[in-house]
Amino acid sequence: MSESTVTPAGMADPAARRELTSGFTAEPGTAKPDPILVVDTIVRQFGGMTAVDVGHLEVQRGLITALIGPNGAGKTTFFNLVTGFDRPTSARSGAHWSFDGVKLDKTSASSVARAGMVRTFQLTKALSRMTVMDNMMLGAQHQAGENLMKALFSPVWRAQEREIEVKAKDLLDRFSLLEKKDDYAGSLSGGQRKLLEMARALMSDPKMIMLDEPMAGVNPALTQSLLGHIQSLRDDGMTVLFVEHDMHVVRHISDWVVVMAEGRLVAEGTADTVMSNPAVIDAYLGAHHDTDLGDDELLSDDKLQEIAEEVAAEEAEREAEGEKS
Amino acid sequence: MDTIQSILNAMVREAVSPQTAAVAIAVIGLNIHFGFTGLLNIGQSAFMLLGAYGFAISITHGLPLVVAVLIGLAAAFVFALVLGMPTLKLRGDYLAIVTISAAEIIRYVGRSVGYDWLLKLTHGAQGIPGSQYRGPFTDLSPFGDGNTTILSFSYHDVAGGAAWVTILGLLLVAGLIAAMVLASRRLSGRIRPAAIIALSILTLLLVLFLAPVTGQNTGVRGWWFTVVTWVLVGISTVVVLLLVKSPWGRLLKGIREDEDAIRSLGKNVFAIKMQALIIGGLFGALGGIMFVLPATVQPDSMGRSLTFFCYTALLLGGAASIFGPVLGSLLFFVGRAFIISASNAYVPDSVLSTDKTAQFAFVVIGVALMLLVIFRPQGILGDKRELRFNV
Repeated sequence: MSESTVTPAGMADPAARRELTSGFTAEPGTAKPDPILVVDTIVRQFGGMTAVDVGHLEVQRGLITALIGPNGAGKTTFFNLVTGFDRPTSARSGAHWSFDGVKLDKTSASSVARAGMVRTFQLTKALSRMTVMDNMMLGAQHQAGENLMKALFSPVWRAQEREIEVKAKDLLDRFSLLEKKDDYAGSLSGGQRKLLEMARALMSDPKMIMLDEPMAGVNPALTQSLLGHIQSLRDDGMTVLFVEHDMHVVRHISDWVVVMAEGRLVAEGTADTVMSNPAVIDAYLGAHHDTDLGDDELLSDDKLQEIAEEVAAEEAEREAEGEKS
Repeated sequence: MDTIQSILNAMVREAVSPQTAAVAIAVIGLNIHFGFTGLLNIGQSAFMLLGAYGFAISITHGLPLVVAVLIGLAAAFVFALVLGMPTLKLRGDYLAIVTISAAEIIRYVGRSVGYDWLLKLTHGAQGIPGSQYRGPFTDLSPFGDGNTTILSFSYHDVAGGAAWVTILGLLLVAGLIAAMVLASRRLSGRIRPAAIIALSILTLLLVLFLAPVTGQNTGVRGWWFTVVTWVLVGISTVVVLLLVKSPWGRLLKGIREDEDAIRSLGKNVFAIKMQALIIGGLFGALGGIMFVLPATVQPDSMGRSLTFFCYTALLLGGAASIFGPVLGSLLFFVGRAFIISASNAYVPDSVLSTDKTAQFAFVVIGVALMLLVIFRPQGILGDKRELRFNV
């Protein structure tokens, strides 16, 4: 992995990371000193529903950034947009994003991956009817043998194939999948498939890896080792952006947290500051989460009137905002 | 005994027929589409028909043989491009719809009589008679004139061709096939292919001993046609073997499993699918050229039913296997010949008249295909594990 190291020292030192993140202002869309991914005005609408509406987001190089938010917040859609699996509705009206200085506005999913930003999927896409080893070998970039003209002549690609094989075995060993290398990927457990998908993504020597719910459906013992792997990637100098629901995981490994709700960025900050942020608590629990619905006082006409007014005001505000944008 | 002998002869004649081999080449192409890449091409007959038209029309216009073959292949190449451009970015079902309708369009254009210039090229539904384009190919034959019987030493020479010789021979054939199945299951390493090849050569010799085939050396459906077509089957198989074992072949299987996963790894899925469509189509065109050489270029003989014969042969032999297409085509045509001649011989005319047996054979093959897909979906040579985890 050392070839792909971007920041020479990496971000292995926790104190250095804390010092770095303490310099960021904790508000949505804040600027960072060395962003690897910069996203501007990405809007995705499905019919009348706005799934994603992100004004500005920067992801700092060499850190683990968590993207959290309640169900339906648009996290996965945002992932799909940034990695080229979906096109933003705002494609012609100001949607820009760049990765490591390269503009990605119009590129396809495969060229995003070639630029060095590789993703995994929420529902793992292990290639079930191929062996674990074949799965890994597919991850490597710039294979001469994948060119149709050269494929017929094995001496042209034999040597490169062997190098890739060594690398694949190394990675499989690291993810403790080596003894499974000749099994069909379909026979692996859900957690092992997650590991395989991550290992396969790493075969392409990415600069940044985007993990969509890496811990979903993984047993607690395996979660520990997965977390270890993700941290060691960061220590090797890779940037990690991941979507996760488990707050313990987020608190445990992320250096910076971005919160989405209803398609927008609502907060940014370190794990602790974000979790005490009222906007985040509102997003997860609703604005009236601390009101006791069993309280008889709520049934009085005055109180109901008050709540109705509050709702009306909120709706008006939202509409006004909608017209503006 | 004579009826059994005549049934046997009919089967062996069908097995060595150049048209069986020609369909095998087209099935090899279809295997690249369907078996390895997962492209549901229901228009393989159109690739064959275009190859045949390109070849036959070029020769009737006085072009040399090599150029004519290249033109036939080029027609299939362009057809693949035109089909692939709009459909390969969409989901697989769309390719199926487009290929089946495009195949029908090609067939109807070929048989249409509306335009004089077109009619002069394709001769409408009657088609281009083989005698008009067969010449240059027949002239190449080094075999000379006359007849040759393959295996001059045959059952006639043992005990005067008594019935027990044939029965013993048939039992031996069954034994050899059983041995082959055992060898493919029990053996491993380098002995396995060697044992299988040795056993199949032995079986072939024994079959030819039991039912010697006599044919012209050079004439239509003669040995020259048979040898060239089967050699082409061999070459196609080797090419596919090399391609599939390469990283390119690995990519094909990856695309069959999950396109998005391959895209997320930075591969150009569209380009690879297009390459697969073209390569499979070229094999189809080559099969088409060899298919019409001993016959005529008749659009209706290369319609939907031929595509479905190809699929039957492919599923029978085993999709995504190397030798599956060849074995499948052999079994398909030999099995059909067996059903036709056996029902001619044993079913009384009051139950099934002789001219209906060909249709009856297709009914039996259809039922066999259904049973096959239900009880052995991987076909004869397919890898069961490749189908088991289809989540």
